[in-house]
Amino acid sequence: MTNNVVVRYIPLLLLAILWEIAPRIHFVDPSELPPLSAVLKAWWSLLLDGEGHTFLAVFFKGSLWSNGVSSFINWFFGLGGAIVIGVFLGVFMARYQTFDDVVSPLVKALYPMPKSALIPVMILWLGLGAGSKIASIGLSCLLPVILSTYNGSRGVEQTLIWSARSLGATDRELLWEVILPSALPEILAGIRNAVAISFIVLVASELLVGQHGLGYLISFLGEGGVYDAMFAVVVTVSALGFAADRAYLYFMRRTLIWRE
Amino acid sequence: MTSSGISFNGVSHTYRPPRGRPVLALDGVSLEVKDREFVALLGPSGCGKSTLLYLLGGFMPVETGTISVAGKTVTGPGPDRGVVFQNFALFPWKTVQQNIVYGLEKQRMPKPEREKRAQELIELVHLEGFGDSYPSQLSGGMKQRVAIARTLAIDPLTLLMDEPFGALDAQTRTLMHEELLAIMRRTPKTVVFVTHDVREAVYLADRVAVMTARPGRIKEIVDTKPSTGSRAEFIHTQEYTEKVDYLWNLVRDEAIKAQGEH
Ligand SMILES: Nc1ncnc2c1ncn2[C@@H]1O[C@H](COP(=O)(O)OP(=O)(O)OP(=O)(O)O)[C@@H](O)[C@H]1O
Ligand SMILES: [Mg+2]
Repeated sequence: MTNNVVVRYIPLLLLAILWEIAPRIHFVDPSELPPLSAVLKAWWSLLLDGEGHTFLAVFFKGSLWSNGVSSFINWFFGLGGAIVIGVFLGVFMARYQTFDDVVSPLVKALYPMPKSALIPVMILWLGLGAGSKIASIGLSCLLPVILSTYNGSRGVEQTLIWSARSLGATDRELLWEVILPSALPEILAGIRNAVAISFIVLVASELLVGQHGLGYLISFLGEGGVYDAMFAVVVTVSALGFAADRAYLYFMRRTLIWRE
Repeated sequence: MTSSGISFNGVSHTYRPPRGRPVLALDGVSLEVKDREFVALLGPSGCGKSTLLYLLGGFMPVETGTISVAGKTVTGPGPDRGVVFQNFALFPWKTVQQNIVYGLEKQRMPKPEREKRAQELIELVHLEGFGDSYPSQLSGGMKQRVAIARTLAIDPLTLLMDEPFGALDAQTRTLMHEELLAIMRRTPKTVVFVTHDVREAVYLADRVAVMTARPGRIKEIVDTKPSTGSRAEFIHTQEYTEKVDYLWNLVRDEAIKAQGEH
């Protein structure tokens, strides 16, 4: 077991060493890929600049923290809204045929659309602030949640519904106590896709316009030529995405403990 | 005491799958089950036994004919008719204990009482120590016993059981037969009991209805109530053996017909 964990992180360690050495021996241009140690140092100062320790605080409106917080807010409301609305719409479509007939073609037509194409439209409609970013994230995450909820709710075993009914469940109880729990494995898998999409659209929307967020920080630092700090933010975003997926997977396993 | 006789009157049922041809599953079934009577349904696979039970349960609309329970036409499911499904239909996200108390929750029974009742039922179906297990952790026979306990929990006046002992080994099955008969003595119920097992039908039921191959009709109804003595003695009598043989022949003829269809 311990062996396994060590083995799993060896490739990551090798990559880190390579990242440190390659720029130092000028195998790659250090101005295009600063060595890892420089990136880590920049990361550290990005963490502290909010408190005014370095000159960075003067030039950058936000540190890693303050931009992280505005990104988090966009992400949380975008993804959260998509989950709540998506589950609601998905169940509704699965339960009411006429609603399904109206909404299904829309969902199917929008599903394959590249999610980032929504961003300029949302900016046009909602402006440059947080609203357009939350809406972009929300709309992009909505479809996988709707579809997984829809499929999960449709696939509920008939006799489960019947036995709840014959034990005295009302319509509302049937929804909360049978249909949703039964659809939960599929819903949670759909949300996992949505989490991955949310990170992509979050960063993309902040890269494009605005004055806040980690995506903004990346583009700002990149344009200013501060590549070690830019890489620090890129690494931070990747690590957060990875951590979110791991944490979600853990939560999902815990929730679905009743399966084999 | 409320009466709970069942009456099927010219009941037919056609399945209309979204793709494929309509299937006539039942064709004019008429059957009276008296109050507190135990009737077993015997018939070859695919003859419509489950269908008949689902209609009685109120899960599918009765399109042709009528079904009434205690004089009232069946229009939907309800806790007056407890159902044990052929595929158990346990809630996989609930533990054994949570499954068993589900119907009691719906009746707003207070929690301590609910848990006491669940414990009794767990003992009744010999699943001590499995209260916190999930269905996925149980064998087929264990799941079947949970399903039986869940239905018995709400103490319905009418019991609809679809091959409830089909997944049990011979010993457990015999134990469950005794338990079921004991429950029937304590709180008599009207029972419709689907089975493939002729001996089980003769042993448990007051009457056995044999169905024809699909489309299902009632072919013959055989009285199987022991004329003298208890059921435990009945099993060793000439009468029992004769009834079993007689029913065997009826069922075999239909099973051969059902085979011939394919
Ligand atoms: N949902 C369905 N759609 C179409 N046909 C169906 C459906 N359910 C059952 N049938 C058909 O109806 C007939 C009766 O089915 P039913 O399940 O009632 O049989 P059964 O007597 O319970 O069989 P078994 O003993 O194998 O459980 C079968 O021939 C089957 O093909
Ligand atoms: Mg059946």
